[in-house]
Amino acid sequence: MRLPCPHCGSRPADEFTCYGAADPVRPAAGAPAQVWHDYVHIRPNPYGLHNELWQHVHGCRRWLVMTRDTRTHAVLGARDGGSRGGGAA
Amino acid sequence: MTRLAGCGLVDRAQPLSFRFDGNAYTGLAGDTLASALLANGVRLAGRSFKYHRPRGILSAGPEEPNALVELRRGARREPNIPATTVELFSGLEADSQNRWPSLRFDVMAVTGLLGPLFPAGFYYKTFMWPARFWERLYEPAIRRAAGLGRAAEAEDPDRYDRAHLYCDVLVIGSGAAGLAAALAAGRRGARVVLCESDWRLGGRLLADGGEIDGLPAADWAVAAEAELRAMPEVRMMPRTTVFGVYDHGTYGAVQRVSDHEPEPDANEPRQRYWRITAERGVLAAGAIERLVAFSGNDRPGVMLSGAVRQYLNRYAVTPGRRAIVVTAGDDGWRTVTALASHGIEVAAVVDRRAEMPERHAAAAASAGARVFAGGRIGGTLGGSSLFAADIVEASGERTRVAADLLAVAGGWNPTVQLTCHLGGKPVWSAAAEAFVPGALPPGMAVVGAARGSFGLGSALAEGARAGAEAAEATGFSGSAPAIPFALDAEGAPAPIWIDSGARKAFVDLQHDVTLEDIAIAHREGFRAVELLKRYTTHGMATDQGKTGGVLGMAAMAALTGMDMAETGTTVFRPPYTPVAIGALAGPNRGKDYRPRRRTPAQGWAEEQGAVMTEVGLWHRALWFPRPGEADWQATITREIGAIRTGAGVAEVSTLGKIELVGPDAGALLDFLYINTFSTLPVGRTRFGIMLREDGFAMDDGTTARLEQDRWILTTSTGHAGAVMEHMEYVHQMLRPELKVAFTSVSDRWAQFSVAGPNSRQVIAGVLDPGADLADAAFPHMACGVFTALGGVPARVFRISFSGERAYEIAVPAGFGEELVRRMMQTGAAFGLVPYGLESLGTMRVEKGHLGGGEINGQTTARDLGFARLMSSRKDYIGRALAQRPALIDPRRPALVGLRPVDRMATLRGGAHLLPEDAPVRIEHDQGHVTSVAYSPTLGHWIGLGLLEGGPSRHGEVVRAANPLEGFDDLVEIVPPCFLDPQGARLRG
Ligand SMILES: [Zn+2]
Repeated sequence: MRLPCPHCGSRPADEFTCYGAADPVRPAAGAPAQVWHDYVHIRPNPYGLHNELWQHVHGCRRWLVMTRDTRTHAVLGARDGGSRGGGAA
Repeated sequence: MTRLAGCGLVDRAQPLSFRFDGNAYTGLAGDTLASALLANGVRLAGRSFKYHRPRGILSAGPEEPNALVELRRGARREPNIPATTVELFSGLEADSQNRWPSLRFDVMAVTGLLGPLFPAGFYYKTFMWPARFWERLYEPAIRRAAGLGRAAEAEDPDRYDRAHLYCDVLVIGSGAAGLAAALAAGRRGARVVLCESDWRLGGRLLADGGEIDGLPAADWAVAAEAELRAMPEVRMMPRTTVFGVYDHGTYGAVQRVSDHEPEPDANEPRQRYWRITAERGVLAAGAIERLVAFSGNDRPGVMLSGAVRQYLNRYAVTPGRRAIVVTAGDDGWRTVTALASHGIEVAAVVDRRAEMPERHAAAAASAGARVFAGGRIGGTLGGSSLFAADIVEASGERTRVAADLLAVAGGWNPTVQLTCHLGGKPVWSAAAEAFVPGALPPGMAVVGAARGSFGLGSALAEGARAGAEAAEATGFSGSAPAIPFALDAEGAPAPIWIDSGARKAFVDLQHDVTLEDIAIAHREGFRAVELLKRYTTHGMATDQGKTGGVLGMAAMAALTGMDMAETGTTVFRPPYTPVAIGALAGPNRGKDYRPRRRTPAQGWAEEQGAVMTEVGLWHRALWFPRPGEADWQATITREIGAIRTGAGVAEVSTLGKIELVGPDAGALLDFLYINTFSTLPVGRTRFGIMLREDGFAMDDGTTARLEQDRWILTTSTGHAGAVMEHMEYVHQMLRPELKVAFTSVSDRWAQFSVAGPNSRQVIAGVLDPGADLADAAFPHMACGVFTALGGVPARVFRISFSGERAYEIAVPAGFGEELVRRMMQTGAAFGLVPYGLESLGTMRVEKGHLGGGEINGQTTARDLGFARLMSSRKDYIGRALAQRPALIDPRRPALVGLRPVDRMATLRGGAHLLPEDAPVRIEHDQGHVTSVAYSPTLGHWIGLGLLEGGPSRHGEVVRAANPLEGFDDLVEIVPPCFLDPQGARLRG
């Protein structure tokens, strides 16, 4: 398996660590308990496109958001996680 | 001798001597073990798995189900190696398998007479009860009777290598299609890798002759190879099998670097495991001929028709003197012609078809063969070698024909395995009379026989086009490729041929599965191919059903009435052919199983006679025994005594060290830790606990503020990597606005803990003059940057794990060893001793500090007694979920100290804590013991534990029961700090 790093290019998957769903956004400090619970514990497990958090641990060490098709392992795109909401690489 | 004169690709000038079952033989360079055995008239190669029936050589390639041998002797002995794939070398030693006491006379062959003993589902039905009989009786008996070859009993002496390769176009297979593809891609300048299992390129061109561009096919292959070798961007990899296809253009391959030599060269591995990454793949893996299912189709002397041509034309060996050719179509007639051209008598041709093309009559006439149109084989005769076959004519009349070779042409199965590894399913092609590739892995093209295009001209054209397209797709354009010219052989592909009335007609030769077994599976309802496979073990042997797999499915299809398309195939998974575990492990075995991290002063510790232990990848000193000490307890009693009265030094370089720089470093730390760091003055150190977002404790450690904008954070040894990743996540994803940069400097600094009342003098002894360590200038929790050893930067932290006055001193890693040696010299006057992990751990239990037993992923800061550190004035990771009702429940197990009521008792980690008078049952469980130590300072065992209600129960007596180890003691609940709770000693 190979993954595209926006900084380092196409690299073997063993250089990366996967941390699961990328979409949950950390709630504000005073958010209700249920919102916090969902943020920490509830994860989608889609059959299809999935936004995932990966860190290029043995590379640039950046946290990345990759869109992967769980049916085929096709990786449709990757961007730096720090650019959430803009400036995709 | 059965060696033919004047033909073949063997080197008659290079005879090679070898042994089979201890007998000496001679072969030629260019032989396989199988061809050399045939050249010596050896036809009995092994005995079958279940019935111990005599078996010969069926094929000439990796599909071989019968002629499996134990190759080499001693530590290099390897079982189940197809003799048809072994490149002969001088001194080769091989032994047949599954025979006792000898190949020719095998006692277990009587099971062949007791066939009904081993029907389909035999294991499931017979050995169900009683279970204890399995280990004692069934399994040993079955293994002796039915085992495959024996693995070596000594450690493998050879080395295995692992390597990566990147290319534009990977071509798999070097027959006509593969060579044409590689040429087309290579001529355009693409980086091409050509992998071929065989040591010689050419595939079927070496066996089947024909003409390409006016050259004999084998000569064309030589010319193609020469052209490819001259291309700088083309890499030729013979003796390399691509065994698996993985995501995103990744291929697994094993290169047999030294298997064709008696033993590897000193500088060479035996095999090399390649991970090949290719933009495009061209699969030109050819096809494998099918067996025909008739009675006695396993007799030595029965051989695949295409293999017969391979032995004749490539190896100049005839597998027999008088042949019968059994064919389901036209391809077998090429074998008739080949046999005749080498002067081998063809007694009969049994063609399944009542009517066949006119031209075959002429071929039969010139070979002198009698033709049985619409006939079939009714049975074979012979013991360990065929001597006749009964031919059943279309009329039903039986004719016995003497022959020592029965060539069977049952059609060809495209080698589709590699197209299936990513989930592709083969589809039935009526035109090819075979399963052909279905959906392909992304980036892969399939050409030639591998996709059911069996003609030579078609293979060349498809290969050339696919090679050019693959090059084009990777950025190498050019004009249309030159397509090498050849004619396709005449005739349609042969259909699968099963003689459904046959007895002892094998569909899986290696696992001894017959048509009767398929019928049993059908009768008992195991009809889907995946069930059929598991119930009968059909296709589950090391050959994975390459010659018989489709036959078994066809037999089931005949019984269910479904067609082949509906019946389908079982799933093909990697590897395509067996791969040695050693090749997969590569260099990662024994002491090289994983990397070893050495601390900067490890050499010094070893020199001091330290007893070492593995901690993750590190090797750390446990203790430093001295002559005359009875055991480790005596050693650590001395070490701790010396520390508490003088001074001791331990290396703590393995701690995670993360250096942070920037104006917002304090703000980031505030967000990471439950407590506040931004208020920490320069020159001070603070202890902190960080949580996971779910509210549980992640790690603890100290962080020092060296300068206004420069901080150094320490983590526990085991959490160094995880904490760094966590910090990167928090900064990059959650707080990217913070102006701070940080990096791991764990390997950059050697660090030592110096503890004890005399520790200040020891530190002062290695620092350059001018450093002020007086308590007023450098109190407990101070930090500072000095120089040591004459100008070497030294960071000093006054922090204590032991409860004594203590310092940690860090110098650049390269100076670590020099520093500790200097400390030992100057510290001698102050009673300095080296100490290791055990004393460190004992002293931390005496002080009630946290370790891995306490920060175990299930405890909160509150559980561990640090509720007061949890700031209520800021947001931090884990804050919200740490407030969950269940996590603030006062009944949660919380940290306590434990002291045995009987001071002579030994405490054991893992013991469960129960009320004093409660029975030892899980419903009374109230917690457990997390850490224990014998305290030399106190003179008895002490422990830490997590107990329901925790601190509110000080003074209570509970039961610490460890039924596993037979311990059950009463312990007193006390505060976790056993020594100097006011901290008078560490302030000096
Ligand atoms: Zn990267």
